[in-house]
Amino acid sequence: MTEFRRGYGAAPWHLVLLLGCFAVTGWVALRLSAEPAAGRMLLWFVGAVIAHDLLLFPFYALVDRALRAALGGPGRRSALNHVRVPALASGLLLLVYLPGILGLGGATYTAATGLTPQPLLVRWLLASAAFFAVSAALYALRLRRGTPRPQRRRTSGRAARRPPAET
Amino acid sequence: MPADPPSAEPPAAYPARLWRTLERHRPPGADASADAWRSPVRGPWLTSVFGVVLLATLPLVIITGFLDWIAYGPRLGQAFPSDVGWLHPPVFDWPTRPAWLFRLTQGLHVTLGIVLVPVVVAKLWSVVPKLFDWPPARSVAQVLERLSLLLLVGGILFETATGLLNIQYAYLFGFDFYTAHWYGAWVFTAALVAHVLIKLPRTISTLRGPRLMRTTTEETVPEPADPDGLVARRPGPATMSRRGVLALTGGGALLLAALTVGQSLDGVLRRTALLLPRGRQHDDGPNGFPVNRTAAAAGIRPADTGTQWRLTVRAGSRTVEVDRDGLLAMAQHTADLPIACVEGWSTTQTWTGVRLRDLAALVDAPGNAVARVESLERGGLFRQARLQVNQVRHPDSLLALRVNGVDLSADHGYPARVIVPALPGVHCTKWVRDITFEEQPDD
Repeated sequence: MTEFRRGYGAAPWHLVLLLGCFAVTGWVALRLSAEPAAGRMLLWFVGAVIAHDLLLFPFYALVDRALRAALGGPGRRSALNHVRVPALASGLLLLVYLPGILGLGGATYTAATGLTPQPLLVRWLLASAAFFAVSAALYALRLRRGTPRPQRRRTSGRAARRPPAET
Repeated sequence: MPADPPSAEPPAAYPARLWRTLERHRPPGADASADAWRSPVRGPWLTSVFGVVLLATLPLVIITGFLDWIAYGPRLGQAFPSDVGWLHPPVFDWPTRPAWLFRLTQGLHVTLGIVLVPVVVAKLWSVVPKLFDWPPARSVAQVLERLSLLLLVGGILFETATGLLNIQYAYLFGFDFYTAHWYGAWVFTAALVAHVLIKLPRTISTLRGPRLMRTTTEETVPEPADPDGLVARRPGPATMSRRGVLALTGGGALLLAALTVGQSLDGVLRRTALLLPRGRQHDDGPNGFPVNRTAAAAGIRPADTGTQWRLTVRAGSRTVEVDRDGLLAMAQHTADLPIACVEGWSTTQTWTGVRLRDLAALVDAPGNAVARVESLERGGLFRQARLQVNQVRHPDSLLALRVNGVDLSADHGYPARVIVPALPGVHCTKWVRDITFEEQPDD
């Protein structure tokens, strides 16, 4: 057992579990192989990972890096999070409701709903503007008050520096 | 180099030479990439919290998804995809009580699937350094686990993307939604089970460790280096506390909930689904509620539904033809019933018409008969639907002629449509031309 563990790199049940997972995937691949659109499905499956890991993540990480460079560090008076939060909210809506915002759907949309697709771009822009406006107002309020936020308990901060529990 | 000291590693796994060679041959940029991670809040604690949230919620999305397949009636051969082999959830007759059952399960599936998007994105953010780790593996076990992570991440992103495009009628993907979403769900579920069982012990021990929920931004410091290498080697100053990150993620989820739940509500609240197709209403009239397929799209001509329209009811060798006046002369029953779509939207309306079981009695159909309802539609997946015995016999199961006190509009199925408690909307056949009561086909 120890020999297996060393050679494989984990306990035997780890291997059993993963083989079970691959068996399901293999079975799905087998069932879909006759499907004419199987290639497209695979493309979308892998494409989704690439789109997230190599496009979306680097994109928002770079934007955030630029923001940090422009707005400075974490100080109490930093506007950083007052830009980040509304930008993230706006980006999230764009990500999830993109087809509606761009007015995609065409004939399928009309056949299903009896309505013509209407780009909801203006609604999204208004919502985004509202997020930024509220955030800016809160920032102005904080600057006006100019007082540091109330002191919080310190104990939990030190707890973070303790060594982790045995695992 | 990993974040933890190499001495903590067990002796090299088989084939040791391969892993050592990999480790020695670092591609250009590997060190820069390992040093580029700045966030001091990334680490086992945040990843564990996101993991636990998803562990508590994703099973609901998975189960309600499989329930949707069952609600379509696999025993009557009308679940999509239909030929799924042996890997499917246990099949049973979908109940008719409570009437809002499908509204609830499918509303949950779609709404929760949307609401979890920020949690999934945040979870992926919390572990993304692993993707660029070098060497990518130090044992066969790690190679296999990485492959399963591709299935896990690909699975959740694929299911989310196809689901979001489906409910917004943007079929950019060009393959059958039902087939893709069904098989994608199996790939994802299998990878999720493996991932949870492998990671749960570490998640639990992490959350049993130091409590980091209360630390403010000023107090936020990185966790000690972890064996997974999530903690940054060269962290920058904290710009947000861990609870700030959680609040931000939760806020995103709440925002999506607020802009989605309206498609399952009636009245003015429907309009709160500002960016979804089903937040829009035709008008405020009695027939103004959402349509699933228009008469024009279904190819229904006014001539088909005029005075010469007849409903044909059959059972065995008995056939009865009734016109609309004949149906209106029969006992009328009124019921408040929801109509709920696989796309997650739903609405409750007041329907009036003839009970299906009265129509069955018209042709002396046996009490255990199922029904096949056919539409005037000439094509499409849902031009006919089969109803189970319980769906035929329920006292609120109607061949509706009127809605909210007026005749059905053309888009809502004039001259007559089926409405059955808890039945998926697509099986509430519109523009009905023919109802055949027959013995239940063998399983």
